[in-house]
Amino acid sequence: MEVSRNREYIYSQDELDRYEGRVIEELKANSTEPIPDPDEWLDEELKRNVLVTTVDAVINWGRRSSLWTAICFPACCAFELIAVNGPRFDLSRFGMEILRASPRQADLMITAGTMTWKMAPNVRRIYNQMPEPKWVIAMGACAISGGIFRSSYNVVPGYNKIIPVDVYVPGCPPRPEALIYGIQKLQQKIAKAPVLPDLPKSLRKGKQE
Amino acid sequence: MTVALDAKDIAGRVDGAVPGSVVESTVECILVDAGSLPAVAAFLRDTEDLKFDYLNYITAVDYYSYFEVVYRMTSLVHNHSVVVKTRCYDREKPAVPSVVGLWQTADFQEREIYDLMGIAFEGHPNMRRIFLWDGFPGHPLRKDYLQ
Repeated sequence: MEVSRNREYIYSQDELDRYEGRVIEELKANSTEPIPDPDEWLDEELKRNVLVTTVDAVINWGRRSSLWTAICFPACCAFELIAVNGPRFDLSRFGMEILRASPRQADLMITAGTMTWKMAPNVRRIYNQMPEPKWVIAMGACAISGGIFRSSYNVVPGYNKIIPVDVYVPGCPPRPEALIYGIQKLQQKIAKAPVLPDLPKSLRKGKQE
Repeated sequence: MTVALDAKDIAGRVDGAVPGSVVESTVECILVDAGSLPAVAAFLRDTEDLKFDYLNYITAVDYYSYFEVVYRMTSLVHNHSVVVKTRCYDREKPAVPSVVGLWQTADFQEREIYDLMGIAFEGHPNMRRIFLWDGFPGHPLRKDYLQ
C-alpha cells in the first residue's frame, strides 16, 4: 500500500484547527456545481415511452400475487402445508402465507387430507362461502383420488367429486417444494384466465344456440 | 401397576351372586350370559372388595358364528382390573343389554359398536349411529360387510 508523502503530521490543537479549515475550504471550492443524477437517462426513456398492458393482465397479476388460503386441513397433509408456511420453505416469498379461518376472506382452498363423507357437506359449504373468484388445490393422494383409503366405505374418492379442483399436487404427502410448485402452476393458470365472466346467453351477440 | 385379577376366582363369586350367569371362565376373562349381564355388572361395580367403578372400554368382535362384546373394567379404589365378555348369536338382530346406567362412558362406545358392528344395546337412551350418517347401508366392521 502506498503511503502518502503529503500527509501532514499534526501535533498541536492550532495545527489541527488549521488543517480542518483547509480541508473544508478545499471541499467548498470544489463543490459549486451540483452533481448530475446518474439515472437521468432513465427519466428521458420513460418520457418517450408509454407502458401498454391489458386490464386482464393487471387484475390477474393482483389476483395471483395474493392468494389467501381457507383452512381445510382434515388430515396429515396439513403438516406439510404448515412446513410450507414455516420459515424453512417460506411461502410468504410468493405473497400467500396468510391462512384465513373465515372462508369469506379467502380465495384459495388447499385441501390437505382425506375427506370423509360425513365431513364432505361442511367442506362444500366452506367452498360455497368463499367469494368469487376462487380456486382449489387438491393436495396429496387422498385429495386427488381418495388415496389408499379409496375403497373405504366412508371416504370421498377425490375432492373433485364435491368441489371443482384447479391443480392436483400428487404425493403422500407431497413435499413442500411440490406444493409450492403446485401453487406456482395455479398462478400461471390464473394469469391466463379471462377476468370478465362469459355473458349470459340472452345478451350474447352473434352465435345463438 | 394395576393388578389383573384371576378371572376364575371372580367368576365363582359372580356365579354365587347371580346364579347361572357364568357360561365359561378362564384366567383372563369371564364369559357371562347376555341376559344376566346387567346384574353381573352391577354386582362387580357395587361389591365392596371388587368395586369396579371405572369402565376402561367396550369393544366387539365378529367371529362369524357369533358376536362377542368385551368389557374391561378397573377399580380405582383397589387398583385391579378384570375382563368380562358376552356373546350374541343372532346375526340379523343382535342385541345386548346396555350398561349406560352403571357407567356413563358406555354411552358413546355402545353407539359406536351399534354403528359399526350393528349390535343394538337394549336400554340405551339414544341408540343411534354416531360416526356414519343416518341412512348408511349396513354395518361396515362386520366380517361379511361388502361395499
